Amino acid sequence: MPQDEIIAGDARFPATRWSVIEASRSADGAERQRALETLCQAYWKPVYKYVRLRWNRTPEDAQDLTQGFFAEMLERELLKRFDSGKSRLRTYLRLCVDSFVMNQDKAASRQKRGGEAQHLALDFHGAEEELGNGTIDAAAIASPESLEEFFEKEWVRSLFALAIEDLRALSAERKRDQAFQLFEAYDLDGDDHTSYQQLAQRYAIPVTDVTNALAWVRREFRRIALERLREICSSDEEFRRETKTAFGWDAH
Amino acid sequence: MEHLSDRALARLRNGAEIPDLTGTRYRLLGQVARGGMGIVYAAEDQDLQRRVALKVLEVPGAQGELANRLLREARVLARLEHPGIVPVHDVGTLADGRVFYAMKFVEGQQLDKYIESVTPTPDRLRIFLRICDAVAFAHARGVLHRDLKPANVMVGSFGEVLVMDWGLAKILAAPSDPDAPTRDFSSIDRAKETDGASLVTDHGRVMGTPGYMSPEQARGEVEGLDARSDIFSLGVLLRFLLSHRPSERSSGRTGRALEAICVKACAQGREDRYATVQELAADISRYLDGLAVAAYRESIFERLARFYGRYRFFILLIAAYLLVRVLLVLFYHH
Repeated sequence: MPQDEIIAGDARFPATRWSVIEASRSADGAERQRALETLCQAYWKPVYKYVRLRWNRTPEDAQDLTQGFFAEMLERELLKRFDSGKSRLRTYLRLCVDSFVMNQDKAASRQKRGGEAQHLALDFHGAEEELGNGTIDAAAIASPESLEEFFEKEWVRSLFALAIEDLRALSAERKRDQAFQLFEAYDLDGDDHTSYQQLAQRYAIPVTDVTNALAWVRREFRRIALERLREICSSDEEFRRETKTAFGWDAH
Repeated sequence: MEHLSDRALARLRNGAEIPDLTGTRYRLLGQVARGGMGIVYAAEDQDLQRRVALKVLEVPGAQGELANRLLREARVLARLEHPGIVPVHDVGTLADGRVFYAMKFVEGQQLDKYIESVTPTPDRLRIFLRICDAVAFAHARGVLHRDLKPANVMVGSFGEVLVMDWGLAKILAAPSDPDAPTRDFSSIDRAKETDGASLVTDHGRVMGTPGYMSPEQARGEVEGLDARSDIFSLGVLLRFLLSHRPSERSSGRTGRALEAICVKACAQGREDRYATVQELAADISRYLDGLAVAAYRESIFERLARFYGRYRFFILLIAAYLLVRVLLVLFYHH
């Protein structure tokens, strides 16, 4: 019987450096499982969307393949073969997805896998909505470069979205909900015409309070996003490069 | 989970990049440049009411290789108090966890841009001599720059020449400066240099700028680098200064002597290069004074031509005097 697991914000891996890769190679099965959960949180949406677009699969097929991919990652211990000296983890996982989908095309074993593998409770409906309610322009990401860019962008989106969920929880815990609301209003939902002055009027607070609140939230967002990034990088060098990717800094 | 639009993604990136100067005496004015490991911002020091440049690490964390490198760069700059080296004012960690240091804000142009407005060769050579002064000073303090190139030299609005970006600097032996700090500073730096050295070789990644790096630096021979590695880079920089002028080509004795200096500075084998920056600078000074340069053996005709060029006024004066004497003798003879 499938064992459903909820991938939630509080199921994060302990914040030790490079822990996800080290844990994925641990002899302890529970450690490996937690490493997979952490990776799954960051990567399931990019993987799902990538399968939908790159392999032109129906939502049902893509859901099945996404579940199957993460199950196979655990069963076949794919992370043990990852060599940080050769590629980024993100690139390695994308190539693993390609290989997995191609192998699934050859084998008619999906039913079997579906019957045996554990299932993760993933919000495929939400992911599908993000894809534009099924409106897919596969031609727009036809080249290998644009596929890489697409996967990268979705990965950043997923990483930031997770960080924002953590940030929301932190703001509530520190009783700084208003700071988070300002952040939502200005950075997440605001348009280019929204000003600090307008926000100050809307919330009936001084402009300096808006400035200070946004400075705090952005600082915490940055810290949380980088913490999450650290968890899924295998080395200082990879962390540095992925930071540049995520935050748009130039690579050198 | 929150769905983020492309616009929100862009805003989050931009917002997260801006350094958080809360709790410091600095007020952000704008971004100036982006370097290998940090971003340089213009800021106002509100206590002293002056403009400074803040070099801020891209990645938060006071630990780690990049933070160490930035701190090390600040300490190297603090050690090198020289008019040709940008002075550092402050170092610390921002509220967002990023390491930074504050330095003098240099208003001017990078050498590669500035040189486009400087045409005469002697003027270019005098700029080069000032770069040599700063590098020779650093060498005397036991510091190699390791990334000398036009983009790392600034020429200020009053003509001051400053060697910038000491992020790849290597600390050699204990400094010869008698005023150097007496605490165990060199040992700290040597320990960090070990980190820097491993940086160069760990990932098969060589640090420096292709085209300006010495062959030994390009091979990653970190331990064996000495002043002659910087001399190679200075030689390439000199060649840039002399050739970065498409409309004019040097020729004759001028070209050959300066070319010989470039060739000697950029020799593949470091034993064939100038042993010190002072030797290189001395050859350039001799050239500017119209003297023979050590790097080039002149023919007798070239020596005469140089002699003529240097003492042209006196030679012409004597020649005129002799001519007048001859004419007078001939006149009276008739």
